[in-house]
Amino acid sequence: MGNKQTIFTTQQLDAYQDCTYFTRKEILRLFYRYRDLAPQLVPLDYTSHPDVKLPYELIGSMPELKDNPFRQRIAEVFSEDGEGNMTLDDFLDMFSVLSEMAPRDLKAYYAFKIYDFNNDDFICKSDLEKTLNKLTRNELTEDEVRMVCEKVIDEADLDNDGRLSLEDFQHMIVRAPDFLSTFHIRI
Amino acid sequence: MYVSLCVSVDSASHRRNNRRQGAGRGGAKSRGRGKKPASDEEEDEEEEEDDGPRGRRSRGANKKKPAKKRGDDDEEEGDESEDEGPKRRRGGAGGKGGVKGKKGGKAQQDSDGEEESDDGKGKKGKKGGAKKGGKKEVNDGKGKKGDDKGKEKKEDKDKKKKKKGDSSSDSSDSDGEEEESMSEGEMAKLMEEVEEKKKLIGIIRNKPWRMKKRLTEFKEAQQFVDKFEGALGKGKGRKWYAYKVMMTKVLMGLPYGSIPRKTVPRADQDTAQDYSVLMDVNVRAQSCTKLNSKCKSFFLSLQGYCKYSVLFYGYYNSQRTIGLLKFRLPLSYFMVGIGTFGYSLMVVIRTMAKNADVGGGDGDEGEFTFAWKMFTSWDYLIGNAETADNKYASITTSFKESIVDEQENQKDENIHLRRFLRVLANFLIICSLGGSGYLIYFVVKRSQEFANRTDLSWYEKNELEIIMSLLGLVCPPLFETIAELEDYHPRIALKWQLGRIFALFLGNLYTFLFALFDEVNTKLEEEQSIQNASIWAIKEYYANFSRMINDSEVTPPPMDPADVIRGPCWETAVGIEFVKLTVSDIQVTYLTILIGDFARAVIVRFLNYCWCWDLEAGFPSYGEFDISGNVLGLVFNQGMIWMGAFYAPGLVGINVLRLLSSMYYQCWAVMATNVPHERVFKASKSNNFYMGLLLLILFLSLLPVVYTVMSLPPSFDCGPFSGKTKMYNVIMETIDLDLPAFVGSLFSYAANPGLIIPAVLLMVLAIYYLNSVSEAYKNSNMELKKKMQMARDEEKNRRNNMDSTNQVLKDLEDLLPNRSLAPPAVPPEPGSCSPHTRPGKGVNLQKDVALASPNPNSQRPVNRAPGPRPGLEPGAGRGRGRGPPPT
Repeated sequence: MGNKQTIFTTQQLDAYQDCTYFTRKEILRLFYRYRDLAPQLVPLDYTSHPDVKLPYELIGSMPELKDNPFRQRIAEVFSEDGEGNMTLDDFLDMFSVLSEMAPRDLKAYYAFKIYDFNNDDFICKSDLEKTLNKLTRNELTEDEVRMVCEKVIDEADLDNDGRLSLEDFQHMIVRAPDFLSTFHIRI
Repeated sequence: MYVSLCVSVDSASHRRNNRRQGAGRGGAKSRGRGKKPASDEEEDEEEEEDDGPRGRRSRGANKKKPAKKRGDDDEEEGDESEDEGPKRRRGGAGGKGGVKGKKGGKAQQDSDGEEESDDGKGKKGKKGGAKKGGKKEVNDGKGKKGDDKGKEKKEDKDKKKKKKGDSSSDSSDSDGEEEESMSEGEMAKLMEEVEEKKKLIGIIRNKPWRMKKRLTEFKEAQQFVDKFEGALGKGKGRKWYAYKVMMTKVLMGLPYGSIPRKTVPRADQDTAQDYSVLMDVNVRAQSCTKLNSKCKSFFLSLQGYCKYSVLFYGYYNSQRTIGLLKFRLPLSYFMVGIGTFGYSLMVVIRTMAKNADVGGGDGDEGEFTFAWKMFTSWDYLIGNAETADNKYASITTSFKESIVDEQENQKDENIHLRRFLRVLANFLIICSLGGSGYLIYFVVKRSQEFANRTDLSWYEKNELEIIMSLLGLVCPPLFETIAELEDYHPRIALKWQLGRIFALFLGNLYTFLFALFDEVNTKLEEEQSIQNASIWAIKEYYANFSRMINDSEVTPPPMDPADVIRGPCWETAVGIEFVKLTVSDIQVTYLTILIGDFARAVIVRFLNYCWCWDLEAGFPSYGEFDISGNVLGLVFNQGMIWMGAFYAPGLVGINVLRLLSSMYYQCWAVMATNVPHERVFKASKSNNFYMGLLLLILFLSLLPVVYTVMSLPPSFDCGPFSGKTKMYNVIMETIDLDLPAFVGSLFSYAANPGLIIPAVLLMVLAIYYLNSVSEAYKNSNMELKKKMQMARDEEKNRRNNMDSTNQVLKDLEDLLPNRSLAPPAVPPEPGSCSPHTRPGKGVNLQKDVALASPNPNSQRPVNRAPGPRPGLEPGAGRGRGRGPPPT
């Protein structure tokens, strides 16, 4: 235990281990990944909880995220300030939720957050349009986009309020066969 | 001390109330908070929803504040729910002792009561405060700021008191006295609490909280557990768990195939059937590398050393027990052979059951087509720009296709032509299936003729394998071409295609098997004569020996194994056939990749510079990676291994090598030379489809093996069962010789048909019962689904109805001279969703318009319902709706 590394105390590591889906080794690896993004900013000693944040530009340039059309949303959702600037805690949090081990419900919750662009706790037409345009790089015509969005709401909206609440979303997403395999980042 | 204790009591209870008030704003649903950790998560989510983004955000903001005070407070708020219970109880226990304490407690309680009423608002106020604390809010439409300001003062007071209480309770926590005074019931409660905490620690990572909150919660829980667990004397669970893990590891170990090689001693090798001294695997490998050029033919023909190696059935000998430990080779050979099937069956079935469970019966395919496409089509694993580009393109096309599908609503203009084409396609495919079956049968027959000749060319030796591989190569594309005629939906078409390829492979395999059985039967006949010959030869040998030595006392040295006349050993022959098949399959696969994909890619890539049209985009382009075909290939390969493993145990090893190498090889090929399939088929969606194929092939490969084991006599001079009339006699023998007598009698009872027939009957009945139960569940499921749909539709109808009522009213209004008489219709709001604060009341302008417009097409998206449902007739809808009938 704790033979070489002095970045975290043992308690810290244990706590992280229990709060994420990672092992000690993975946590350390994630820490180094985090640190590699900005070696001059991140200290090698986290025992005193330094208040370090990496700006979104650095987080979004990670190879795991840089091709993801939703990278900005991901960073925003998982960062505490809501602008994509991440502390180590946020960073661990993000990859823990996106790891293979995270349960379906937790993933669904965060997926909802990610697709809810305007943070109003409902996925409404404008959110859907944004999602669709990001997914297809604006290659669909406006009519098509409108139609698809209507279809989505028609399919998944259970309480008929014209937008998807978290329950609607979860009801729909837990039945999706690919959700677990696609909402997953290996690091 | 008592005073401080009581303060802690009350502060704890106060905080508890506070918490309830805060969390339970939605009603009683979070009452049981401290009690039911299982439902904790849901409640939490609910709470989250209640709070809305405001709550979440402000909580985060709260934490963000560097001010220590706030941080403390927040911790408390998060933790109280679990922590206050025991504290209070403990406090209560302590409080029993002193009147003074009670009094103080009462006094405190009064003030608590006061505060309680404020607490709910206080929480809101806190939020407001946090918001004011300089944090950005995206939507602050619900103006409660004014309220909050007013509450903030009170809240501050609260905080101070709380802090006091907290500190005092902390001090009292360290007191040992209270614990002594705990009664049994309290102990139990405390233990419960500890268990809850532990559970919380277990599931804390499942909570959608910020890491900071999680960490603090975790710390609290950890401290609690550490503190009380020692006192309660627990903690042996862990050892037990470790023990269990260890045991399962031990039990699950012993990989198949490791036993014979480990245990067959060298001394046993010179038995009757091993005429040549057995060559080690090393030697074989050496010869193989030396004769590099001949290596392939060596493997293909599999004559020579290989035939007598551990790879095949013939290598294992029939000595009943080996060595000091009395290892029973024949018995274990038999058990492993059969056990492999049993184990595979179990694994496949379990996986299927799990898939079915996860998939939720994957019933309605079309229920969420667009929603799933929207939210699950992006693969977050993609970390490569090129892949991302491909993905974008494929998503776009898939959306476009769905749109087209949706738009062309079942035209079916010429159904007769389509039917005719489908029948024709099926006819063609059946023809080609039959043709391929006949071809294989023909080739097998021919190879039996060849078996009597010695002057065979390479082609003639390996004709069968080559033909089978070629058929596997040519037929699938042919089927695909024919399937174009049918014009099915792509997914259905794919299933048909896979089913047809499956039928082709299966037909080929079974033709091959039947031909093989013919061969086996001829060998069995042949064996009879050889057996006599060999007995005669041994007699002759001994007679010669004694005549030459002229001394009957000396026991003659055993005959040189190379000279013994041997039987044909049909088991090894069967094994060899399977190994040949597998090896040729490997070769064909690899060559196909090398030529069909790699060479093509090279040509396309480099000739493109000097060609008249665009090779990359145009005709040849790059090969596509056919996921489903490859999976099917794997399934078949597995079936072949299952069939062959009994007669060629080494086949398993060969297959492992093949799979490993082919993984890397194909990975390279895919990355370097292939482009993704135009239409990405979701393999995960039809997991059970493939598993079903695997199960079917497992069953079909089980049949011939069981048939041979149960009904064919084993060769007299080769293999672990030589000398027995049937292979399964090895079990009888073990029961008779090694187990106590009563086991034998038990077994004979169990094997009695009188017992087996009722057992089978019972099983059939059980299957019937379970089947009908599942049917009933399915029905009720459907019923519920229908009901849900109905409710949805009704709701929709009602709303639409309201709108249309309004529309009618509006029309009437227009007619009326004085507009002010009638109440104005609900003012339509702009289409964005934010104004809909309440579901059910808001009126959607678009729907309104859609209903009012005479164009039926524009109604379609609103009315779509999978279930049978009357079309939207205003009259019917009106009658059902709750809204008042139009006047």
